[in-house]
Amino acid sequence: MTAAIALLAATTVSEMSASAQIGEPYIHDPSTIMLCDGKYYTFGTGGGGLISEDGWAWYSGAVRPGGGAAPDAIKIGDRYLIAYSATGGGLGGGHAGKVLTMWNKTLDPNSPDFGYTEPIVVAESYEDEDCDAIDAGLLMGPDGRLWLSYGTYFGFIRLIELDPETGARMEGCEPINIAIDCEATTMMYKDGWYYLLGTHGTCCDGVNSTYNIVVGRSRNVTGPYLDNVGRDMLKGGGKMVIAAGNRQTGAGHFGHYVEEEGVEKMSCHFEADFDRSGRSVLAIRPLLWKNGWPYAGEPFKPGTYEIESERRGYALELAVDFVRMQGGMRGWRRDPNEPLVIIENQKLEDVIDTWPEGDIDVRIGDYMFRPHQRWTITEVPEAGGYLSAPYYKITIEGTDRALAATADKEVITVPEFTGAPEQLWRIEQLTDGTYRIMPKEVPGTDEELVLVSVADSTPSLGKFDFNSDNSKWNFRDH
Amino acid sequence: MNVFTKSIIASLCVAGLCSVPCIASDKNDDDPRAGTISDTRLECYFEPSSQEPASPDSEGFIRRWTLLEPISKPNRSNTVFTDSYLREAFNTEYFPDQFTVVPKDGQKVKVDKQRLRWHSFDSKLYNIKLFRFASNMETDVYGVLFWAVTVVNCEEDIPNVRMSVGSNSASMWWLNGEEAVLLSGDRRMVQDDCCSKRLTLKKGKNIIRGAVINGPGMSDFCVRFVDESGNPVTNYTITNQ
Repeated sequence: MTAAIALLAATTVSEMSASAQIGEPYIHDPSTIMLCDGKYYTFGTGGGGLISEDGWAWYSGAVRPGGGAAPDAIKIGDRYLIAYSATGGGLGGGHAGKVLTMWNKTLDPNSPDFGYTEPIVVAESYEDEDCDAIDAGLLMGPDGRLWLSYGTYFGFIRLIELDPETGARMEGCEPINIAIDCEATTMMYKDGWYYLLGTHGTCCDGVNSTYNIVVGRSRNVTGPYLDNVGRDMLKGGGKMVIAAGNRQTGAGHFGHYVEEEGVEKMSCHFEADFDRSGRSVLAIRPLLWKNGWPYAGEPFKPGTYEIESERRGYALELAVDFVRMQGGMRGWRRDPNEPLVIIENQKLEDVIDTWPEGDIDVRIGDYMFRPHQRWTITEVPEAGGYLSAPYYKITIEGTDRALAATADKEVITVPEFTGAPEQLWRIEQLTDGTYRIMPKEVPGTDEELVLVSVADSTPSLGKFDFNSDNSKWNFRDH
Repeated sequence: MNVFTKSIIASLCVAGLCSVPCIASDKNDDDPRAGTISDTRLECYFEPSSQEPASPDSEGFIRRWTLLEPISKPNRSNTVFTDSYLREAFNTEYFPDQFTVVPKDGQKVKVDKQRLRWHSFDSKLYNIKLFRFASNMETDVYGVLFWAVTVVNCEEDIPNVRMSVGSNSASMWWLNGEEAVLLSGDRRMVQDDCCSKRLTLKKGKNIIRGAVINGPGMSDFCVRFVDESGNPVTNYTITNQ
């Protein structure tokens, strides 16, 4: 079974853009991704949802009754609260909506503990009022108060408070308006700010969908939510988080996933994946922050790069003799009429015979765009993946010499890539735009370690610390 | 005839916190929605224009408009609103003097078989909720074309201003008969979504005319003038004539 899935993954990814989740990730309005007993879950419009073993390959199988539009999920204590709407009026349709909540002890439909509680109505809208009570989004505030936003393009986005024990609306809580004309809103909290995310643009138009996700923020959960130029989301304001790109259109329904400090991801759908017949697919991207505003990072693009340490700015390289190029210093006080000549880059064949044939250590040094500093990053789809992306091999350009973790928690290169887990690397963009680089496994330990700079010129493996530049790297193509 | 009556005016609801559209000061036992966030009566959105000239609000939004009951213009989707479609739709003459009339409250026009009435309102919100204008007139709310007119009065020329518009869905706007700004495509109303080039509001009367088209979904607009710094221009008055 595993082999069959791996083969499918290999076949699939070769035909598709690197940005797509693989498997059968077909969904609209994916709820915030939940991790439950080692598997990832997301629910979608119409009922049901997707399950993933590793966060990269997704397949149908999640169970969410009730139909309707655009659910959301949150884990509170040891239970999962699901919010969904029983309706979904659509363009020009009715707008008598209901938002409901229900609990489950597990999201695994095969678990004996699986079973939803009776849904509770927490918000409603009349047929013709300035709100359509669908598209729920859940937020647990830093003070333990639970909030639910709802509404769609038809009028206002509204906010109510829920009881985190029961999932019911807090007694006496009346809805308030916090935005207009969004769809699939949700909220998040960071560093003293509440963020309201909503989808603008034209829904449900396939390859022509202009759906995009925008954000405003407020110091108070009740608003006002202002965008980067001070416009209230009640006046249509919003700063772009993600729109079309990478042959995918119609980004909608934001979800926030925090792996740990500095490692944040966002989920959404793209209404049309041009490499999958224009079907609506799940997408998971790094979530980056700049000046207090979130935005989607790009999928990592395989290629050949300098791997630059954020600590000093030096480059990861093989620990081999530096082979000087011919020429030396030519100065600048030469005859200005002397013809200019092009100096060729040093080539692999110029130096590879000077390298040992077995394992070679790595170090960090001045970047000189020399062959021992040029790393080719390649997807290894048969190795599976992690939340958002596949594992990669990291080899010296033009060779199969691969970066590997060792049992003594160091890094070396081995002469040939074998696919061993210590030669597979997880590459994740951090919230500040730098990257962390983590081996799939470190031989002899279950510790999760990442590539670190322990000195300006010395790499190793160590614990990830977002607050240290020792844990951060950049991929530079120059 | 103005749709408002004195008795209705007496029970006007007031805007509450967080832009709740209508929190009425009086409860209506016959209508459980009255005075709640779900209230959609006309008086939640509009009040009759007073005889006194109005001013732009503190953010420069023009709230006084004379609106024509919507012209039927069926469209099942707003994705058809390309520039060329809109230029044809907006430059079609639906009624006499369409591009010159400064209508009076209650004045009627005939569009094909429709007899449509102009209504002069002051919006209680910064924006003009065309959808609620139409729903309360019990006309079509989807697949419609709205016309709006107002008059801006300046004591002297105000140069280098821009007309700044947001509309749901597409719209076109004219100042003193000249096209100022076009908002094409399937749009939601966003404050300061599109601006005209630099304009001069001339001394005396300036006529602003707008046309908003919508298929399904909400329909509304907001208009203000902004200066070179993007700050609202407020040193003028607004009248219906």
